[in-house]
Amino acid sequence: MTSRALPVTVMTLLLLLTWYAGAAWLNWPQAAEALTRAGKPAGVADVLAQAYAMKRPILPTPDQVMVELWNSLTGYAPTSPRNLLFHAWVTAEAALTGLAMGLVLGILLAAGIVYTRTLEASLLPWVIASQTVPILAIAPMIVVILGNIGLTGLLPKAVICMYLCFFPITVGMVKGLRSADPLWLDLMRTYSASGMRAFWSLRLPASMPFLFASLKVSVAISVVGAIVGELPTGGQAGLGARLLSGSYYGQTVQIWAALIMASLLSVALIAVVRGLELVLLGRAGAR
Amino acid sequence: MSDPTGDEATNPYRTSLRSAVDWGLVAIGLPILAGLAFPIAERSGESVGWFDGTAAPFFLVGLVLAVIAAAFAPKRVWGAWVELAGIAFAWLLPVHLMNGGLMLSDAWGLWLFLLGTMLLLWRVMAVLAGVPGWTRSVLVPGLFGLGLLVGWEFLVTGFEVPAILLPAPSRILVAIIHHAPVLWEDFRQTVLTSVLRGYAMGCAAGFLVAILADRVPFLARGLLPLGNLASAIPVVGIAPIMVMWFGFDWQSKAAVIVVMTFFPMLINTLAGLGNSERIQLDLMRSYAAGYGRTLVKLRLPNALPFLFNGLKINSTLALIGAIVAEFFGTPVVGMGFRISTEVARMNLDIVWATIAVAALTGSGLYGALALLERVTTAWHPSMRQR
Repeated sequence: MTSRALPVTVMTLLLLLTWYAGAAWLNWPQAAEALTRAGKPAGVADVLAQAYAMKRPILPTPDQVMVELWNSLTGYAPTSPRNLLFHAWVTAEAALTGLAMGLVLGILLAAGIVYTRTLEASLLPWVIASQTVPILAIAPMIVVILGNIGLTGLLPKAVICMYLCFFPITVGMVKGLRSADPLWLDLMRTYSASGMRAFWSLRLPASMPFLFASLKVSVAISVVGAIVGELPTGGQAGLGARLLSGSYYGQTVQIWAALIMASLLSVALIAVVRGLELVLLGRAGAR
Repeated sequence: MSDPTGDEATNPYRTSLRSAVDWGLVAIGLPILAGLAFPIAERSGESVGWFDGTAAPFFLVGLVLAVIAAAFAPKRVWGAWVELAGIAFAWLLPVHLMNGGLMLSDAWGLWLFLLGTMLLLWRVMAVLAGVPGWTRSVLVPGLFGLGLLVGWEFLVTGFEVPAILLPAPSRILVAIIHHAPVLWEDFRQTVLTSVLRGYAMGCAAGFLVAILADRVPFLARGLLPLGNLASAIPVVGIAPIMVMWFGFDWQSKAAVIVVMTFFPMLINTLAGLGNSERIQLDLMRSYAAGYGRTLVKLRLPNALPFLFNGLKINSTLALIGAIVAEFFGTPVVGMGFRISTEVARMNLDIVWATIAVAALTGSGLYGALALLERVTTAWHPSMRQR
């Protein structure tokens, strides 16, 4: 851990430095123009100060984004639409619902594939092909179509998340359900355990490490799916809607704040999965 | 586990009714028999039965003959082919009925008949899945997809689902042919212009930085955690920012793609470069090979499966990045533009056609890379299993 701390810190600092330099470079023309228009002196220091303090910069500085994020998080009640927590919750709700649906679908498919040779030969290639379809790109379309049959709000977004989530879970679970030691499977047979019993008592517990590895991937892409699913709803609620309205009104700081919030949300959800993994697998004696 | 050709067939002590009767066939026959009692179509409010003047019995007999012939085939696989021909023949029945101007939405006899053919298709797939090689890896998934498409087609046209919800595959195909010039322009703008350039730049950048990071371990230790973090960040969200910076044309799409594809390529290349074994490296060292030679002769070839993994992941990501970025602004051409504007105009035929093109493009890119991987890494241990 300590051997990593230094390089990571250095790289992060480098990143921040590049960010500040980029902000100065990108905002320079606008800042200089604003100063000359206001008739103020336009020395290097003045322009730099102006470039770092613009209301609608081309690239906001990290501190501007952090201030915006902080103000939004602390300035309003968590239920207010001006608070990013509210939007993050809307997105997380869709992402988690989709994840739950994807989990059920993924495990069912995996069980089918593991137990039926025909399904393995016929379905597995399609599971892979399903992910080569740029579903995220057509997500808005799905939202609109489901809206036509009266499904609005949470569900269309969750469906997109489900489509994205089920793939890692299916692939992981197929591997996981097959990971039970053949010796143990033979032992189950000598106990004359039924297929169901072998599934619940041996194969499913054996697959848990694989499931959690998949879940961590799924949670992250589920958040992406929810955000993209919010793009066509026209800026009501959710982090995707914040991104869209920010892009409509040129509010770059708002876009960046929403992006940072989205990253924090993914990281937090992954941490939750990680915590669950530690607790559950710890109790099962896997670690 | 429940495979009828498995345990029961080979176990000589279990010759009961259970194995003497082909229960799979009975299960398939039941819905078809039950279907005989129901009407198969409706003509101006009156239901039409199986033997009411249509050519329906002809198709029924054809299917039954195929199944009987298959049962006497000297090899199970030959029988499966005969059954497949029977299924294809039986699928002409709804086409025939619809050509006659009949309504199918209440025709439960017909639907049970089609259910029977689908079950029979499953049985054919089960047999063919036992044939190794080309049949198992290409034909069986192909039949599965065909079954899905045919089921989709019959359900949508039979129950007259409004095209605004879900058009039939045939209708999408017609739309593709009808709008081919527009679709080609979109394809050229999105795929040939934006995606390929962005993909090449992003993958090359990830690859080169990975080589650099491999040379300078300090860089690798700093970049890898950031790369893992980046995989958790919804990178697509930078699309509006990039459109603001680089304008509406392909540059902004390429920029989004570069950012999206950079880290997957970096991580995969680094993982691949670390994949060479100590003993191989020692051998290169004993040959007095320098860093560059070891890289080119040993470590890069060894890293190929990882490189292809990154390239395959990125091919889908690139397509997604370009289309999503087009939602935020584009010249009046491009797949993302077409989807977002034609959805707003409820012109769904062309939207579905665009989606089909996008899906085919994504699968095509992935397939091409998979093929290239097969050709270039045929020697690699990871390919030996297949």
